[in-house]
Amino acid sequence: MKILVAIKRVIDPYAKIRVQSDGSGVETNNVKMTINPFCEIAVEEAIRLKELGIASEVVVVSIGDKSCQEQLRGALALGADRAIQVDTAKTCHPLSVAKILKEIAKQEQVGLVLLGKQSIDNDNNQVPQMLAGLCGWPQATFASEVKIEDETATITREIDGGLETLKLSLPAVVSTDLRLNEPRYASLPNIMKAKRKPLDVIELSSLDIEPSDSQEILEVFEPSKREAGVMVSSVSELVDKLKNEAKVVD
Amino acid sequence: MREIKVLVVAQHDNQKISADTLSTLKAAQSFLEVADSGSIDALVVGSGCQSVNEQLASCEILDSVLCAEHENFVDCIAANVAPTIQQVAEGYTHVLMPANTFGKDILPRVAAMLNVEMLSDIMAVEAIDTVVRPIYAGNALARVRSNDSIKLVTVRSTAFDKITLSSSESAKIVAVEPFTSASKTQLVSRECVERERPDLSGAEVVVSGGRGLGSKENFALVEQLADKLGAAIGASRAAVDAGFVTNDLQVGQTGKIVAPKLYIAVGISGAIQHLAGMKDSKVIVAINSDPDAAIFEVADYGLVGDLFEILPELTNSF
Repeated sequence: MKILVAIKRVIDPYAKIRVQSDGSGVETNNVKMTINPFCEIAVEEAIRLKELGIASEVVVVSIGDKSCQEQLRGALALGADRAIQVDTAKTCHPLSVAKILKEIAKQEQVGLVLLGKQSIDNDNNQVPQMLAGLCGWPQATFASEVKIEDETATITREIDGGLETLKLSLPAVVSTDLRLNEPRYASLPNIMKAKRKPLDVIELSSLDIEPSDSQEILEVFEPSKREAGVMVSSVSELVDKLKNEAKVVD
Repeated sequence: MREIKVLVVAQHDNQKISADTLSTLKAAQSFLEVADSGSIDALVVGSGCQSVNEQLASCEILDSVLCAEHENFVDCIAANVAPTIQQVAEGYTHVLMPANTFGKDILPRVAAMLNVEMLSDIMAVEAIDTVVRPIYAGNALARVRSNDSIKLVTVRSTAFDKITLSSSESAKIVAVEPFTSASKTQLVSRECVERERPDLSGAEVVVSGGRGLGSKENFALVEQLADKLGAAIGASRAAVDAGFVTNDLQVGQTGKIVAPKLYIAVGISGAIQHLAGMKDSKVIVAINSDPDAAIFEVADYGLVGDLFEILPELTNSF
């Protein structure tokens, strides 16, 4: 079974973001970029499934300009077999991303698509569910455990209030939660080897998908700042402040 | 401006509607307030959910409660319920669900089937086509306009009040046809943690513990303070990963979003991802041994010191 993993290039989660003064977006020049942490977990899971002999090939795909090849090479260094860059300079919103991924999944005839549950930039949490809906495939979102046997996937999901386990018939779409696994680090020899692994570039125009522009970001702005707080020196002072100043406890 | 028709897809356990649904109804009302005129209906997809219908029928802002019942809907599995929601949604201008694991799982699937984009986790309604939503873990806000024919929206519960239900039935209950196909998804099991404490997302006071607690046993110090204050318990990712508490208690960008009256962070450094889940709390208290911890930047009251001394003393003060 072939596994497709979709990955996204995002601003490093530990970087402090800066909103541009004209309100057009967030500053991305000279900011450290990385593979979205949830996508990294998806790559790791796919590689583990290959190591278990369940996956025959792990294909990673990313949509964007040439710069996302850096993240694709990173995934190849972790153990993916092959990479595809869908080349476009345009912004692709989740539905367009899902349509592109459906096309790639069809071309590659994959048995499972693994994605992160959300990208840490736009925080949408939409693409995996949209992809499953477009393909008419079963979905398991927020996965913390993945087991594949024969033609079914048994997935434990993180839900409000606990966990649930679903059994899906393949092909299916699974989105990863943080606790699914601990991604490995790429070793230097594997980084070197990854440079020789195949990386195909597909022009978005060749897929006959026009990115939708039905959503328009009118403004990006900073949330209101909290007023500076005070440091207290003892428990009794804290209790006094909570009771008499903030009046949040009796 | 024009007339809008809003549909709220209710979350329930076939017995009772969820608190998050009440906030979603409030958001529906916000859309109505910025429109010239319009109406709100609710959709209940489930099995044997008569009491859910009745609870919703007592919601004064609703015209109709649409009810699609089928045995396949009992567990509300996304792939099973999406076709019915899609069919009903086609008659509406706005479809809303709560931005919790239920709404996040289902609504994007419906959006794709309707061939429209979606608006996730909205915090404010500014016009019938314009909302505000957080991006980058809440470090920026985006004002977004949607030109889609149907606006599909998930709603951040902490950003909207809960609508109050009256006691008398005001909306009519209408049965609608369920659309089903052979299910490719089966529920194997669902383990929900029973808790005596208040629910994390709706609690007025939350006491959260982080890595600084050191062990699962020490987490009892957080529990004791929470019990004294009638508070819910939360945790940072570090505390969950270390096994101190179960992951449904994680507060943050990828866990629960809370905005209680009082949030007490104990032994939590204050990573961006954690702050995303609690920085809209009214009053934030931080207790940490590291005076440079980032949590102190958002805290209204900070106390530097050994939490093993501070926590018992604090618990005994109430």
